[in-house]
Amino acid sequence: MNDRLRKYRNLAMMSIFTLATLAALVPLFGVLGYVVKNGFSALNLEFFIHLPKAMGLSGGGMANAIVGTLIMVLIASIIGIPIGILTAIYLTEYDRNSWLSVAVRFATDVLTGIPSIIVGIVIYTSVVLKMGHFSALAGGLSLAIIMIPLIIRSTEEMLKLVSQSIREAGYALGISKRIIILRIILPTAAKGIITGAMLAVARVSGETAPLLFTALGNQYWARSLNEPIAALPVQIYQYATSPYKEWHQQAWAGSLVLISMVIILNLIARLAFRSRSN
Amino acid sequence: MSKKTKLTASIGDQTLRSLTLLMAISVLVLMAWMGWQMYYSALPSIQKFGFSFITGRVWDPVKEQFGALPFIYGTLVTSLLALLIATPIGLGVAIFLNEMAASKVRMVVAFLVEMLAAIPSVVYGLWGIFVLAPWLRETVEPGLAKWFGFIPLFQGTPAGFGMLAGGLILAVMILPTIAAISGEVMAAVPNEQREAALALGATKWEMIRLAVLPYAKSGILGGIMLGLGRALGETMAVTMLIGNRPDILPSLFAPAYSMAAVIANEFTEATNTLYLSALVEIGLILFGITLILNCFARILVWSVARGPKGGTSNE
Repeated sequence: MNDRLRKYRNLAMMSIFTLATLAALVPLFGVLGYVVKNGFSALNLEFFIHLPKAMGLSGGGMANAIVGTLIMVLIASIIGIPIGILTAIYLTEYDRNSWLSVAVRFATDVLTGIPSIIVGIVIYTSVVLKMGHFSALAGGLSLAIIMIPLIIRSTEEMLKLVSQSIREAGYALGISKRIIILRIILPTAAKGIITGAMLAVARVSGETAPLLFTALGNQYWARSLNEPIAALPVQIYQYATSPYKEWHQQAWAGSLVLISMVIILNLIARLAFRSRSN
Repeated sequence: MSKKTKLTASIGDQTLRSLTLLMAISVLVLMAWMGWQMYYSALPSIQKFGFSFITGRVWDPVKEQFGALPFIYGTLVTSLLALLIATPIGLGVAIFLNEMAASKVRMVVAFLVEMLAAIPSVVYGLWGIFVLAPWLRETVEPGLAKWFGFIPLFQGTPAGFGMLAGGLILAVMILPTIAAISGEVMAAVPNEQREAALALGATKWEMIRLAVLPYAKSGILGGIMLGLGRALGETMAVTMLIGNRPDILPSLFAPAYSMAAVIANEFTEATNTLYLSALVEIGLILFGITLILNCFARILVWSVARGPKGGTSNE
């Protein structure tokens, strides 16, 4: 093959890869553009502090849905973050290579790939049916199950980055393993662990499918954690698929709020982590 | 150290160790429990319909007739369409990021691609309903029908909502997965491989084709399988775009239904046990397929990114 042909072929392939990358970003800017454009025109203070209006009426807000999402993400974090971090500690500090650790790591990876609606089904049949009603607790629990593998993975990566010599220095001083883990290793990796937790929070706060039949949604304020509760993604779904123009507006506004939340969390997490590694 | 503090220290050590061990085991238990819980809830339907559940074409809750084939069909067609579109583009992105881009460009573009994965599925669905579907109905589908109308895939009335819309939105959603995993395994290819190819006078493309891709092949395949797994189980965006009609039609323009979508739409309406357990059985099939796909995919990715081929481990 002659050299010029090889060079042209090289140039052609490089252009194709660059074009593919540009093509991949078109939907991102398409979605962001429309959400910002349509969302802004519908967004106002009322949106954050009022309850939804009845169908077909304009105005109203999604205050209950925003609070509902925060509550359920909080429940999920309270359950999911400790379980995730403790498991990751086991995997890195106590037992890196046994069959149990390999199995847990494998299960973690596989769990990340299980469709989130499956979690909804499991919580529905095991919690909602037993309790007899939809609830914020059931919703938070299903989000926790989605969160756990994410936290394990990110925490494990961060703990692995802590240099082995720090551990050895601790042992050399005769410090007990518990103190080494709690006082030396965890603080060293803290920034990274928090970053991972924030990304997991961002991920579950946008989840809709597992909430459809655990939290259900609610047009009003939930008075306790034992009641059906509104969630931002669920509300967006219901409004988007409704036939009312006013509700479509609200769905765009809700999406703008949701996307801003997710992107801000992502940005903070990444910037924080970068300043650590620099 | 006095004897007493030593004792409490060792009790503390034991407690922390046991606690972490317990949590690690609970992850395994969680997965087994999920499987069992679904199997148990699906049992009435499994016993009643047996294998005909998968081959049955009729879904009629009133007559208690449950066949899941239309949902399986819609899921497979949209997911394969998504793979067909997302695989080449995702690979292109991975190659661009790993082999071509300068580090600043890479950082920005990698972040943007991750944002593509971070956008919630319901927002994609909203955008799909009001932007993608109308565009397909008015521009893309009439165009396809005009030029490729002799193929059954592109016949029928352009409706916007259908398997084409579902497949396209899935392609967008799985692209970051394919790009990220392929990128990860390409990064695990030792630099000596690249340098050897370049030293022999290879162009960049030849280096990628001869030294990088063959080495990363099984990992890339794993990435594609993970993408497929994500597409199969993706719920909201597809539910909002696929048209939700349990028909088996050849045209990509035609409305269809997916496994996840029928669960999302009908689960809270399923009042009797058989109906509910039929829906759970669809979930169980989905669970089974994604479980197997994920197992294979992880083994493939692990074999490249963490594997025994000396020097590739990044730990």
